[in-house]
Amino acid sequence: MAHSTVAVLERHLTLYRRLFWASAMSSFVLPVLFLVSIGLGVGGYVGDLGGVSYLQWIVPGVMASTAFQMAIGETTYPVLGDFKWSRGYHAMRATPVRVGDMVAGQVLFMVVRVLPQTVVFLLVVVVFGGLRSWWSVVTPLVCAAVVVASALPVMGFSARIDNDGYFALLFRFVMIPMTLFSGVFFPVAQLPVVAQWLAWASPLWHGVEVCRAATLGVAPPWPVWAHVLCLVAWAVAGGWFAMRGFARRLAV
Amino acid sequence: MAEEPLVVARGLVKRFGGFTAVDGIDVSVERGEAFGFLGPNGAGKSSTMRMISCVSPPTAGELRILGMDPVRDGVAIRGRLGVCPQLGNLDADLSVFENLTTYARYFGLSRAEARRRAGELLEFVQLADRAGGKVEPLSGGMKQRLLIARALVNDPEIVLLDEPTTGLDPQARHLLWERLYQLKRQGVTLVLTTHYMDEAEQLCDRLVVMDGGRIVAEGSPRELIGRYSTPEVVELRFAGGGDVAGKLDGVGERVDALPDRVLVYARDGDAAVAEVHRRGLSPLSVLVRRSTLEDVFLHLTGRTLVD
Repeated sequence: MAHSTVAVLERHLTLYRRLFWASAMSSFVLPVLFLVSIGLGVGGYVGDLGGVSYLQWIVPGVMASTAFQMAIGETTYPVLGDFKWSRGYHAMRATPVRVGDMVAGQVLFMVVRVLPQTVVFLLVVVVFGGLRSWWSVVTPLVCAAVVVASALPVMGFSARIDNDGYFALLFRFVMIPMTLFSGVFFPVAQLPVVAQWLAWASPLWHGVEVCRAATLGVAPPWPVWAHVLCLVAWAVAGGWFAMRGFARRLAV
Repeated sequence: MAEEPLVVARGLVKRFGGFTAVDGIDVSVERGEAFGFLGPNGAGKSSTMRMISCVSPPTAGELRILGMDPVRDGVAIRGRLGVCPQLGNLDADLSVFENLTTYARYFGLSRAEARRRAGELLEFVQLADRAGGKVEPLSGGMKQRLLIARALVNDPEIVLLDEPTTGLDPQARHLLWERLYQLKRQGVTLVLTTHYMDEAEQLCDRLVVMDGGRIVAEGSPRELIGRYSTPEVVELRFAGGGDVAGKLDGVGERVDALPDRVLVYARDGDAAVAEVHRRGLSPLSVLVRRSTLEDVFLHLTGRTLVD
């Protein structure tokens, strides 16, 4: 039922209130520092990319990858913790809250976080002259889609492990390579073809390219519907994987 | 027509792989009573509780809670239960008050109603002065009271308490029992598990004794003691070992030799003690006491409750 999903969302918001300033630092100030150092610093050497400054080129990448990293951060330790340490999901399980509400409420919380975060980022970036099109206003929604598409499969992963050592593997072999090779800092066309296929499979790459198309006011490499379809596919498969993982872990 | 019992189990079984935790039990709990599952660790009490809480599907047998099927109507049933789990699952990062309001929202209470209920319940469990504080610094007894307050937030028809006082000091236990007794007087149906016989005697109108996943006896504490024990028990300790038990043959109605002491079950404890002395035995210590559920358990299973 919808109000149970909202109740779960509220729990995460109540928990988040305590961490607001610490997390505002990592999810907002940090990307701005990134922009300044890499966008302006590295950009000074790189020069223009097809008539677009390097800063303008990496703005959408930094935006989408910040959303992606938030999604990973919120679905690793916090999810394992609510199974293993605080047992928050077990507390919910004893109430009318269903597994679907647990998953949906938590994903909704991340969406609620990413929207204002992206809007504030846009406002700052516009001061640096980082945006070239009014289409930029759709980027918060694209970032929300990246969050949903990457949070759900990771929730499914976290629901299936018992040892937080697996997170180190996830960070090293999935999150960092994905951040580096999803077109955030350079076009994936620079990569060997096999590596490009991997990039195409990543939800982050689709998010980055749609955001970039929006902020630069150009067409994305694939048709928009194809990018959106890939994000939806990740969300649907991830949602199924997460719900199944939660249901199994809670049914003893 | 009499109301259907709130909990009915027939031939209820729970298996985990090859291990049978609950091995075909029959139970029924009537509205307004305090019903207990008494037994040692591993007797199947908690598995039974989880099935009644509708979080663990039965492997076999029939189970009906509030007239409904826990697998099909789990959401509806859980909305009318209050569960106080054995492994605490309070939100350590939320305040005491927020723990209650957050949980109340899971049951669909409005925000205003959740706050009102949280305030009332913190008064009831005597934690009102800790409302704004964190959960972590609370003592074990306080956390347990907070769990009970949380279990009451939806005004449940049945409150399920899994080992409510395990690990608490005597003073905290008495405070908790007193609160539970208050609930019972208000007509709330209580279902609890315990491996403390004094807890079962204090709180339960009726109980079942479980051992190895089965029910070995059922009745009120008085009935069980009347049926399986004698009104009084004499505890004797002797120096050295030797076959003292043999020399006690015929004293009282039954003699049980434990590793550290000998129990003599008798209608009249003092008369039994007199008989012991008449036989020329000189125990190091003699204690005449009323019979308890511990004695019932010992008689039924040959083992003590708490090892």
